[in-house]
Amino acid sequence: MGLACLTFARPAAAAPEYEWGGKLDLTRGVTSVDGAAGGGIADWALIAGNETRDGVGGVGSLTTVRTHNYTLTSYGLGLGAWDRFEVSYAGQDFDTGKTGGRLGLGNGYTFHQDIFGLKARLFGDAVYDQDHWTPQVAVGVQVKSADHKALLQALGAKSADGVDYYVTATKILLDRSLLLDATLRMTRANQWGLLGFGGDRQSGYQPQFEGSVGYLLTPKLLLGAELRTKPDNLRFARETGASDLFAAYAVNKTLSATLAWAELGDVATFRRQSGLYFSLQAGF
Amino acid sequence: MTLRPLLLTAALLLALPAAAIAAEKPVDPYVQSDANAGVTPMKGDAVFKAFHGKAGIDRVVHRLNWYHHHDPRIADIFHAADDERLERTLSEMVCYVLGGPCHYTGRDMVSAHKDMGVQVYHQNAQIEDLQKAMSEEGVPVWAQNKLLAKLAPLERVTVTR
Repeated sequence: MGLACLTFARPAAAAPEYEWGGKLDLTRGVTSVDGAAGGGIADWALIAGNETRDGVGGVGSLTTVRTHNYTLTSYGLGLGAWDRFEVSYAGQDFDTGKTGGRLGLGNGYTFHQDIFGLKARLFGDAVYDQDHWTPQVAVGVQVKSADHKALLQALGAKSADGVDYYVTATKILLDRSLLLDATLRMTRANQWGLLGFGGDRQSGYQPQFEGSVGYLLTPKLLLGAELRTKPDNLRFARETGASDLFAAYAVNKTLSATLAWAELGDVATFRRQSGLYFSLQAGF
Repeated sequence: MTLRPLLLTAALLLALPAAAIAAEKPVDPYVQSDANAGVTPMKGDAVFKAFHGKAGIDRVVHRLNWYHHHDPRIADIFHAADDERLERTLSEMVCYVLGGPCHYTGRDMVSAHKDMGVQVYHQNAQIEDLQKAMSEEGVPVWAQNKLLAKLAPLERVTVTR
């Protein structure tokens, strides 16, 4: 009798059941131009997908930034496992449009790079750890590979391939309705990697900063600002940092949309490239 | 002007709380203490006021418990709950946490949740239901987030698998 009771009691204490989805709105982040879960131009410690620690999830995204002289399109895929690991891909097309002609590349000349990313959450829970200051901390690596190697080298780049390493800390201060992120990136990338890696001015790894501040106007709407510093490796054109003002909205559990005013800085001799940033993300 | 209406009123007043208590199922004995809430209360009464006082908290908790039974993600967990007791103790707890003039008389968080089998998935679903209930009461988002910030660390004991 006692044994029978024990046997019946077992399943109740069994291992967690696998669950699809379950993450709170916006806590999977949106997809950054690098393909990682983050804001628009800063990668965050949050993990892609709707899964909790008991499941897997994923996102697909499409992002465009249209500035006066260029159009950047980024299409991304991200997979999250147990809210712990993230695998991502982003394909970036940088269409020079008519500016390509003025640069001597031909109208519509398009730079392209592939970014494969891995991210692992080390410790902390951005959402639940509200009784101490510890943020959610993750480390990541992004393997980037740009097309047009010969041209990039002619422009002064050392390589068309490069690897970024970053550590990121994200904290939601719920009692102030704030989201904060700070990310340190070791990189050699020129213009995110689209113009290759390393240059004729300087070539080694340099620490760069990216960060976001957001205010949760509602549980579904985050308003904020971001900035990202970048190396200035190439002699032919000065490279400056990027920044944006954004509104990220969780339409429902599947869809989220981000609208931003992005300032991409000076790009390939053309000054102050700013314009509308729009990103649509679907996830499970 | 006789005593009768007065006595009747007194009898009614006495009967009401008695009826409410009678509706609660008996529980194993435990030591009552505010510390059982597992949360230190807020200072000041700005958030308590933003919840429209104890009456507003009662409405939020009542609505939340409606969601407990109608949200398919968590309905199984609350299927056999003692609704009278749950709503009373939860309302006390929220009132206490928001710095209101209440004492929490329920069980401690560990023993209250140990057999519920809650996963993060369920906890998040309940948070969303609470957010809906608070919004329906007209509690501003900043005040909602103040409460959620206080309750969030309890996840370490409410989520047991």
